[in-house]
Amino acid sequence: MKKLSISVYRYNPDVDNAPYMKDYALEIDEGQDMMVLDLLLKLKEQDPTLAFRRSCREGVCGSDGLNMNGKNGLACITPMSALKGNKVVIRPLPGLPVIRDLIVDMTQFYKQYEKIKPYLINDDKTPPARERLQSPEERAKLDGLYECILCACCSTSCPSFWWNPDKFVGPAGLLHAYRFLIDSRDTATEQRLDELDDAFSVFRCHGIMNCVNVCPKGLNPTKAIGHIKSMLLSRAV
Amino acid sequence: MVKVASTFGRSGTHDFVLLRASAIVMALYTIFMVSFLVSADTLNYAVWTNLFGHLGMKIFTMLALTSVLIHGWIGIWQVITDYVKNSGLRAFIQFVVSVALIVYWLAGLLVVWPVEGV
Repeated sequence: MKKLSISVYRYNPDVDNAPYMKDYALEIDEGQDMMVLDLLLKLKEQDPTLAFRRSCREGVCGSDGLNMNGKNGLACITPMSALKGNKVVIRPLPGLPVIRDLIVDMTQFYKQYEKIKPYLINDDKTPPARERLQSPEERAKLDGLYECILCACCSTSCPSFWWNPDKFVGPAGLLHAYRFLIDSRDTATEQRLDELDDAFSVFRCHGIMNCVNVCPKGLNPTKAIGHIKSMLLSRAV
Repeated sequence: MVKVASTFGRSGTHDFVLLRASAIVMALYTIFMVSFLVSADTLNYAVWTNLFGHLGMKIFTMLALTSVLIHGWIGIWQVITDYVKNSGLRAFIQFVVSVALIVYWLAGLLVVWPVEGV
């Protein structure tokens, strides 16, 4: 048996004056590996007051975005063996207000997502009878963009989003923005670019690529943001 | 769309282009000055005044100082809008830095422009 030392961020605003780190110990079989979510479920058996979000437990719903040993990720698809260091330290996603323990208030994140109008806009007066067709090439442009599950791992690892969550759209929102900018069926490209052409929404991204480093789906928001900047530039010069 | 008044450019794209264009000018000026300092056999008053007495050098220097003004203005605005949350303090810092940058530019103009080669 191996003894595992785990430190978890705890804060219940009804009871606690301030957040604190609570240490837990867990015995696991030698060589045994498990996902961080399984570990949290075991801890919850020990201490039922521990609160965290989870749903699909297979990296599809994006509910259990957490900061594990300093790196954001989904607890359900992060194996313990992938964590660096001897001790496991689990904190909520950084930069968002904590509701309780590992649960954060995602309102600001969703507001930014809402701002980019994450739906198809098409002013075609005579819509096709059945569907708007795309060529395989046009469809291929959406790959690497539509897969985002809005877990907020990227935006909450971005210092620009930490400092200006009300003004900077953030990597997740911008990935979605580019998904609609590049969609051949969307006709609101100019309006979308007008909305983004200020000093904060897109240009507060300085390309440090924290978002790429943490994305559990292996997406590249920095690249999408680069494309948006190119679109803004090419129509400005 | 976020509206801001205290930055330099008219839009995010304008700021982006100005930052990069001014960076290119400053880089070229730095490369030129370092090359000059490395390659010059002697550095005395005559060499300096001959260098800065040249019209091209005066224009290049003023262009570099203009780039410092623009780059510094936008750059400091970006840094303080990240880290200084108190708007009064932020406005004060922006004011002080912007005035200092304008003073550099004016001082540069008054110093460099009258120089005549020997």
